[in-house]
Amino acid sequence: MTTTTPDLNKTAATKARRRRGGGVMGSTGLYIATGVAAFLFLVPFYVLLRNALTTDAAITGPSWEFFPTHVQWGNLKELFDDPQVDFAQSMWNSLIVGVSMTAGILLVCSLAGYALARIPYKHANKIFYVVLGTLMVPTSVTFVPSFVLVSSLGWVDTYRGLIIPGLFSGFTCFLFRQYFLGFPKELEEAARVDGLGYWGSYWRVVVPNSLNFFAAIATITFISAWNAFLWPLVIGQDPGAWTVQVVLSSYMTNQTVVFHTIFMATAISILPLVFVFLFLQRWLVQGIAQTGIKG
Amino acid sequence: MSTTTTRDLANPASVPAGPAKPRRGLRDSRTLNFWLFIGPFLIGLIVFVYVPIGWSLYLSFFDARFTVTPDKFVGFDNYTYMLTDPKFTGSLVTFTVFAVFIVPATWAVSLGLALLVNQIRFMRAFFRSVFFLPTACSYVAASLIWKMSLFSGVRFGLLNTVLGWFGVDSIAWLASPSPPWYWLVIVTLRLWLQSGFYMILFLAALQNIPGELYEAAAIDGAKRGWQTFRYITLPQLRATSTAVILLLLIAAYQAFDEFYNLLDKTTWGRPPLVELYATALGTSQDYGAGSAGAVILTLLIIVVTLFQGKIMGFGRGDESK
Repeated sequence: MTTTTPDLNKTAATKARRRRGGGVMGSTGLYIATGVAAFLFLVPFYVLLRNALTTDAAITGPSWEFFPTHVQWGNLKELFDDPQVDFAQSMWNSLIVGVSMTAGILLVCSLAGYALARIPYKHANKIFYVVLGTLMVPTSVTFVPSFVLVSSLGWVDTYRGLIIPGLFSGFTCFLFRQYFLGFPKELEEAARVDGLGYWGSYWRVVVPNSLNFFAAIATITFISAWNAFLWPLVIGQDPGAWTVQVVLSSYMTNQTVVFHTIFMATAISILPLVFVFLFLQRWLVQGIAQTGIKG
Repeated sequence: MSTTTTRDLANPASVPAGPAKPRRGLRDSRTLNFWLFIGPFLIGLIVFVYVPIGWSLYLSFFDARFTVTPDKFVGFDNYTYMLTDPKFTGSLVTFTVFAVFIVPATWAVSLGLALLVNQIRFMRAFFRSVFFLPTACSYVAASLIWKMSLFSGVRFGLLNTVLGWFGVDSIAWLASPSPPWYWLVIVTLRLWLQSGFYMILFLAALQNIPGELYEAAAIDGAKRGWQTFRYITLPQLRATSTAVILLLLIAAYQAFDEFYNLLDKTTWGRPPLVELYATALGTSQDYGAGSAGAVILTLLIIVVTLFQGKIMGFGRGDESK
């Protein structure tokens, strides 16, 4: 009695699984395929860490060393002590640019998106078309004229030049407008009854109730600002103004190649974003689902 | 003293007779608020987006070598120069070849990953994170890993090491345009870096497919696997697929980082933006020709965007018409 019941259950379960998922063979195949793909996706990270924590002799040696026998944490010190490249400065530049761009874009574009979605004004449609027009022209294609403008303002090699031209994103403004169109009107009306104007209700009611959306946009914006290369390359003529991406690029063209410092630098440059990934993945996924589909 | 009395008097009166006056006040405050909210953005948009575009149109009709305030009008010379320049037209060919490889490959890989992650139950979040993690990498960092280690042309590069185990000679992946091994480097790099992003889009779309469709198909005798994929999953993903393909196309058009870093100092394998960079910011500093190139590329991408709008029905659910 007791033995037959689990047996029956098992067959029923197997049958159900076979009907749904192609049986044990199918699901094993599924895991093998996923495992192989995951392995291939992790190989570059493995190579990066291995090279960052070993010596040049081990990297260039005749046989592939799978993992450094003596982990070289001293590479970290060597990287930051390098007199030729001020790596710490470039990390600092990237941090300033990333944080200011994120804060600036959120502020400027959310206010504009709110106006377009919620404040009635007779020319609002015309202004919306002015914003929409910029969506057709990606900023990276217009880097030549932007550089001409920024250099005539004397902003080459400055934080201003790195940050300000990138703040006015028609696309982000558009995303905020779409989001605010769906924001519950009742909340704002309640704020209006309490005597708040547009400005007051925006800051006290709308923003505090939209933190998820703001976090999603912030995560995406920070990642793309940190990883940006073309504009920092154009603006950073002097090494002191280089972001970390420009420094990494300069390593690849240097005459003297010290593999372990270069890979250590790359690992350090990715680290902040790995943290963003680990702790903010929820918002990131949400942000991609929102920006990607609507883009 | 007198003001307080007026207000005291006016207040009770305005409550019953009210509508005219407050509405007028509200309308003023609406206009004011509208500009308060949108003003900073609009000024920035005009100064940093529209002015450069206008300036570049202007420069493209002048001989503007080493200067941004030229005085020699040359008509369409810059345009004919760019369009007959084999380097510029070659870069458009490079882009086309690149797009032919990368767009279908990324579509297939990201869809495949989404299907895998969607079906597994065990360690699902882990696998999703693994495929998604490369999105955190910059193209520059990835180029460095690809160029200096994975596809390093010397013996100790990872791929050459693996080839060595099978007794195959080392390949100089990035050194020469023929055989064009460099495409393998460039395509695998972008595939690794961007597939996770599009996988997220496909995953979201897969989870929106109603389960009843699969149940109905099972009742009708459709076999799980290829049949349900071909006749249910794929058609249900059509909108997402179209969006992904056009996003990929536009992203490929703007490719710069990995070409610039992997194919440093080469004259071959240059996509449009790298060519433009060399024209305008290289040794010749020809802003006129560079601007003409930017205008040509912009027009091309507008054509693609409008085409995209036609296919996807951009603004269909949008009340702004």
